[in-house]
Order: sequence, then structure tokens, then C-alpha cells
Amino acid sequence: MSFKSLKEIETLSVSQQKPFWKIILEDECDERMMSEQEAFALMQSMYHHMKQADEGYDKSLCSASGLVGKDGEKIAQAIAKDKLISGMFMSKVMEKAVKMGESNACMKKIVAAPTAGACGVLPAVLLTYQEQYECREDMLVEALFVAAGIGEVLAARAYISGAAGGCQAEIGSASAMAAGAIVHLRGGSALQITHAAAMALKNLLGLVCDPVAGLVEVPCVKRNVVGAVNAVTCADMAVAGITSRIPPDEVIDAMREVGDAMVAKLRETGEGGLGNTPTGQEIVKQLRAVTREQG
Amino acid sequence: MNAFEIIGPVMIGPSSSHTAGAVKIGFIARQLIREEIRSARIYLHGSFLATGKGHGTDKALIAGLLGMKADDERIPDSLNIAKQKGLEYHFHGIELRDVHPNSVMLRLQGVHGMELEIVASSLGGGAIKICSIDGLEANICAMYPTLIVHNIDQPGHVSEVTSMLGHKSVNIAEMQLFRDRRGGNAVMVIECDQEIPLEALDWLRKLEGIVKVTYLSMEEKNEF
Repeated sequence: MSFKSLKEIETLSVSQQKPFWKIILEDECDERMMSEQEAFALMQSMYHHMKQADEGYDKSLCSASGLVGKDGEKIAQAIAKDKLISGMFMSKVMEKAVKMGESNACMKKIVAAPTAGACGVLPAVLLTYQEQYECREDMLVEALFVAAGIGEVLAARAYISGAAGGCQAEIGSASAMAAGAIVHLRGGSALQITHAAAMALKNLLGLVCDPVAGLVEVPCVKRNVVGAVNAVTCADMAVAGITSRIPPDEVIDAMREVGDAMVAKLRETGEGGLGNTPTGQEIVKQLRAVTREQG
Repeated sequence: MNAFEIIGPVMIGPSSSHTAGAVKIGFIARQLIREEIRSARIYLHGSFLATGKGHGTDKALIAGLLGMKADDERIPDSLNIAKQKGLEYHFHGIELRDVHPNSVMLRLQGVHGMELEIVASSLGGGAIKICSIDGLEANICAMYPTLIVHNIDQPGHVSEVTSMLGHKSVNIAEMQLFRDRRGGNAVMVIECDQEIPLEALDWLRKLEGIVKVTYLSMEEKNEF
């Protein structure tokens, strides 16, 4: 059974004296009747796919609509010229998040985590962490189980798709998952993991899903950056000992309440927010004309 | 959702619902018809119709009908591959009633003359639901071996089918019954924990009152 609350995972972690990721792994093995080795290897393959997707970024590609592409390379160039003030870690996180978001929009192979639209958040922080801190791959796979556990609770108590609950449910969820994953990499406790996730989600609460022309492009690619950067800062806050004053499960419930209150035009239909700006509407018109030409 | 529904699937972008789910709908339709597909009439509904082009939903559906999975790097090129393989396709818009915004109706014809009509929805995260088969309601998540039996609505057919499954040591996970009217057309949808032997399906097909037996195997075949 997937978990219905973060408290439940944290309590099990304390009472069984097992790390957060191990609780998720064992539950997964029970449910799917697979061995721990098999489940671990499967998650490791997910990590490898993320890595390959990052390495396979094609700086010459644009999406079919022409709206996104080539921006990842711009960040790489700016880093190389030492023009950015974010520092090496954050700059790399930005670069990888944009690249993965662009690869997704260009129909390249990615790992949905939890969705395709938010696929840049987790790899941006995990791959950067491995590069900058030379950490064992096992730890990163463990971190993915942490992320998965947080995602399970988000899906059970609220939602993880923009169509259901707005961008807060998609980038917000990915950010919460990534924040917990980083806390694991920094040796934090199960309690700290849940609080990092809560803080990350709180920061993105209310974010609507308002894609231009309904495509996973504008503003989705750049929101992967904000989700990733937010995850790093919230993990740092949790490691520093800061807690969420609202308990993590209540934060997730609040996300659901906010999502339920969102009107349909702010949930992936492309009819509200940025999608409904004069420029957004102009893009819709142009794309329709192109589609008609192509038959 | 389990851990690998959260981290995963590995897929071709850009959208788990509009792309990966669409590939799966095509793939499952091909599994159901159990032969190569010669022609496909594809009716897009709702968000599939409105934003499908930009999401590659058309390429994804065709890729699935060609037997590709959601992580197949040939998906962006599937329309050309379809032409090479002689799969004829036509896209249309449609307004379906009471379905999820990401839905499609497929009218398929196989190379050996099999025909199939399904309505399917992509629910997000790559998960799908088959809502109807050949005009009769169904509710299939396509995650288990699934037996779909169309029969005349009369006593005894459910027990024939379930005792056969019992004999073959196949455990029923979920079972649903639908009919259009008393004594009319009925359909049973049985999701199982084990695969059903093919000879048992052939036995079922010979029974009086059984109109059509369709089986969705989880043992995926690349070629038929």
C-alpha cells in the first residue's frame, strides 16, 4: 500500500530505526512482490536514464512550436564566462533544469518525476549534487526512493498533475520531492526530510497551471528551474534546523484545498494566466495557422 | 500510486498524459486486436483535439498502434514509419459524451480483417482507461491480463467463464458486468492476476451465446 501521510513514514522510520528511503523500498517490494535488489536496480536505472537525458541534451533543438529550445546552452555559456552570481552549484542546477525541460518539449527521452512537465527538477539537483560533491551513486538512488515516498503521499492526499491541481501540484510536488531527496544526501533525519518537503511545497502553494497554447513549454521549462532552486534552499533550511510551522501533512492538505478552489482555466487548459495574455493568444493564433497549413 | 509511478515512466516527452498515455492507448489497442493494423480512423476529443498536435499526440497514438512503447525514440518519426509499413491513418475531431478531456476513439482494422472500436482516456502520469469496446461500456486500466467477453444477456454465461478461470487456476482481481438492456448485449470485463491460456479462450469462443472474446495479455508481443 502506498503511504497516506508523511507522518506515517517518519514514525515507521523512527520506530524501526530505518532510514526514510528504506521504508519506501520495503513497502514497494511488498506491494510488487519483488526483491530489494530488483527494486533498487530498477530505481538505479531511472537515475541512469536521467543522466543519459542530461548528457543527451541537443543544443540545436527547438520544440515543434518553436517556443522553447537552446536556452540551456545559454546558461552553460554564461557559467563558462563566469557571468552569473548564483554560485557554481545553483548555476549548474539552473542549467540542468532548463536543459531537461527543453529536451522534454523536443520529444526526447526523459523520466517523468512525478510528471513529464516537471521532469527537470529532480535530475537538476541530484545530478548536480553528484558532480559537485562526488557522492556514491547508491546514495542518489536512495534519494530517489525518498522522493518517491514523498510523491506517493502527495498523490494520495492531493494530486501531482497540473490538470488536477495547478502547477503547485506538478512543479510544487517535484520541488517537495527534490527537497526531501537532498536532505537525505546531506544526512538529515526523516523528520527533516518531511519538513524540507513541506517548506518547498509551501513556497509554491497557489501556483497555477497556465501554459501558453496548452503546451508543456511556456512557462513550464523555466518553472523547472524555480522548482529545483527552491528545493535546494528548502533542504538547506531544514538541514540548518528550520522547521515548517504547519505540519507537513497539513501543508499537503492545504495544497489540495487550494487546487480544488482553482477554476478550470487555471488548470492546464491554456485559457488563463499567461496563456490568456495578448501575446499568449497571438501565439495560439499563429500555431493554429501553421497546423492548418500542414493539414 | 507506487514508487515507480512517481519516479517514471521513462518516456518520450513532452506530456505523460498527451504523449506517453497516448502511446499506451495505441499499444493496448494493438494488443487487443492481436494483429498488425492496416487502417486506423482516429477521433480526437477535448484536449487531445485542442492541443494534441503540439504534444505529439498524433505521433504517439500511431507509434503505439505500430507496437512502440512510451520510451521508444522512434516516436517523433512514427508517421513516416506508418507510411513505410502501410498503416493507413486518418485523424478527425469528435465530441464524445461523458469522457475525460484526454480521450480518443479508435476504429481499427487489422491485416487479417479483425475489427475493433475502442474509446480510451489518458488519465495522467501515463495511466489510461479503456472506456468502451465495440460500443459497449467497459472500464479497463490495462495493468492486468484482462478478459473481455461479449455475450447475450442470459443466465449462465458468467458462471461458465468464472468456472473456466477457476479450472485454469486464474484468480480474478476485479470483475465488472455491463449490458445495454435485459436480454440484449452484455459484456463482462475480468481483470486477472494470471495469464489465461489461449486454448481456454478458444473454448469460450465456441460456447453458444458468447458473441466475442477479446483478451488483453500482459505478455507483450512485438510481432503477431
